Amino acid sequence: MKELLAVSASPHIRGKIDISLAMKMVIIALLPSFIFSVHLFGLRALYITLISIITCIVCEAIMQRMLGKKITITDGSAVLTGLLLAFNLPPGVPLWLPVVGSAFAIIFAKQLFGGLGYNFINPALAGRAFLMASWPLAMTKEWLAPAGGTLSGIDGITSATPLNLLQNPGNYGVPELIIKQLNNIPTIKNLFFGKIGGCIGETSALLLLIGGLFLIIIGIVDYRIVVGYLGSFVLLAFVLPTNGNLLFHLFSGGLFLGVFFMATDWVTSPVTKKGRWIFGIGCGVLTIIIRIWGGYPEGVSYSILLMNVFTPIIDRFTKERVFGDRKAKKEVKK
Amino acid sequence: MFRGFSGGVHPPENKLTEEFAIAVMPPPKKVYIHFSQHTGKPARSLVEKGDVVKIGERIGEGDGFISASVHASISGKIIAIESCPHPVLGTSLCCVIESTNGAKWKDTIKEKTDYEKKSKEELLQIIKESGIVGLGGAAFPTHVKLSPPSDKPIDTLIVNGCECEPMLTADHRLMLEHPAEIIEGAKIFRKILNAENLIFGIEDNKKDAAEILRKQSVNVKLLKTKYPQGAEKQLIKALLGREVPRGGLPMDVGCVVQNVGTCYAAFQAVKYRKPLIERVVTVTGTAVKKPKNLLIRIGCPVIDVVNFCGGYIRQPKQIIFGGPMMGIAQYSENVPTIKGTSGIMVCKDTVIPEEGPCVRCASCVDVCPMGLMATEIYKFVDNKNFSKAKEYGVLDCIECGCCAYSCPSRIPLVHYLKFGKSEIWRLSKK
Ligand code: SF4
Ligand code: SF4
Repeated sequence: MKELLAVSASPHIRGKIDISLAMKMVIIALLPSFIFSVHLFGLRALYITLISIITCIVCEAIMQRMLGKKITITDGSAVLTGLLLAFNLPPGVPLWLPVVGSAFAIIFAKQLFGGLGYNFINPALAGRAFLMASWPLAMTKEWLAPAGGTLSGIDGITSATPLNLLQNPGNYGVPELIIKQLNNIPTIKNLFFGKIGGCIGETSALLLLIGGLFLIIIGIVDYRIVVGYLGSFVLLAFVLPTNGNLLFHLFSGGLFLGVFFMATDWVTSPVTKKGRWIFGIGCGVLTIIIRIWGGYPEGVSYSILLMNVFTPIIDRFTKERVFGDRKAKKEVKK
Repeated sequence: MFRGFSGGVHPPENKLTEEFAIAVMPPPKKVYIHFSQHTGKPARSLVEKGDVVKIGERIGEGDGFISASVHASISGKIIAIESCPHPVLGTSLCCVIESTNGAKWKDTIKEKTDYEKKSKEELLQIIKESGIVGLGGAAFPTHVKLSPPSDKPIDTLIVNGCECEPMLTADHRLMLEHPAEIIEGAKIFRKILNAENLIFGIEDNKKDAAEILRKQSVNVKLLKTKYPQGAEKQLIKALLGREVPRGGLPMDVGCVVQNVGTCYAAFQAVKYRKPLIERVVTVTGTAVKKPKNLLIRIGCPVIDVVNFCGGYIRQPKQIIFGGPMMGIAQYSENVPTIKGTSGIMVCKDTVIPEEGPCVRCASCVDVCPMGLMATEIYKFVDNKNFSKAKEYGVLDCIECGCCAYSCPSRIPLVHYLKFGKSEIWRLSKK
């Protein structure tokens, strides 16, 4: 018997990037930072990350099962959430903490909103915010000094991360001296290459930058959010009064992790081009505001979460210009 | 001046048949000529079952302003006028001609005519009688495009040689093999339109064709290859920087766009009084033995075309009329070609990926050449919120397929959008 011909809608070819390839690419872009982090903080960083990823996968499978949906753990999105959450944890936290954070991220921030595509805030950031609110001490004190460096990036100070130092220099010594030390070239070099303490994934600005640029080049990450975020951040860090200098702010506190890998999350950022500019700029402005006047030293994740909430509104008010709308008339007269 | 258009994609070109000269397929034993070959009203039948017709004889007359005549593409006897499979409409009224008496041309077909002396009106009349329609795919009646209202003067005639669909090479070959005839055809159009400028728009993956046309001293603009450059509005924007207003036509910005195949057909009509009874079609795909560029009589069933190309390598899973981006999948190997059939793709595999959730990646927004937000529109259509879909511009969609092509969740966005459009039209008619 002859096979029937398949009748499907055009187009009959598809681009290379599908969901699981995109997720894989983001994970690949994060791998250098991850490996470096294991080098800096030892196996503990590895355990925390693995625990976080596995919890995410298990929770996703259970939730999809319970909600009667297709199980899609192979698409890589749960893996990515786990990885990003671990990247936002201090390496010294107890091992149960990533379990709680991941479960919250997947169950509450993602699946209960309808799963991939329907969550309006970034699950990894939601998980982190939840842990921050519930176990603030673990989240802000359990730092580890990196191999071959110190927690603060400055010799002799071992109890605070650079941004903590900047916010409360008086707690650790002579304020003027500390601020001067933070802003000198060796410290900034440490920040850039990662010889400082911090969350698992945020230490080396350089590796994050390479991963991020890779994603922009292959077309998975949109440059508008990145440029908007960094541009507004740099501008404000330059004109507003802050203790740290520009490079210090740029390379510290997981800014690059947030800019390249979390602000650009597809689901939770606007779909319009103009909207993505606004979103990026909004993140930059909020981050600076939190760093200078807010209660938290780093500010990146709260800024992004806040902008996530505004995303639907931004989309509604920044529609794309349809080809041939208005402007066309003027051109004909020419 | 601004060049290029926004959005667009770069699908792999796969132009397998680029090097193959146009071959001529002998007239088939039977042809199925649909009265609806074009955009607009179907032609009115002029024949009855049992009539004997010659090649080029008119069997259907254009009915109303937007309609076109159809002609017998072989000589023989009309054995049926009935509903048959149609490549776009499903089924439609069709005239079946069986070849009986060899190849007899209608006697009005001339060796050549001195068309230079003919007036605009005479030329237009010939084109109308010859059933010329746009051969790029949409098959819009050419004489209608050539008769803009007097308050819309045309300053530029654009000849479209982009052939931006992957895999298709028919226009490319035509430009290489018949440049002089295409140019003559274009000049006939220009005369009718009274247009000052004549521009050929060709993509830079066909530099050889551009070179050949340039040698004949016409104005050729080479464009950076990007799909859908061959869409009228995008082509005008890329060449002239003019933007056709929403809901408007090229003539609103002083342009008319004609495909190279149409120019060639018009030349044949004017010079030899040969109506549109055949066209160049690219036969390609993974399941056909010898892909070809083929001159095929209108109304020839696909199966005959495939057999002429060496038959199937193996039983195909899909047969598509047109290119991979906008082509229409056929449900039967017996459908006949129509005037708008630019390609026949015979595929051994199908690409019907599973639809995932929208992850709001915005690819569809970034690649849309019309500035539409397919992600929002498809959700409105899915929720049957057609007024919102309309507000978001679903009627401006040119169905180019860029959005669905790049969607990582493999959502058949074009399918949703087409459905949305047809529902809006249906509801507005009520
Ligand atoms: S098919 Fe329509 S919505 Fe999709 S890219 Fe083309 S014009 Fe835009
Ligand atoms: S390309 Fe697909 S997944 Fe991405 S926003 Fe558009 S519809 Fe959603």
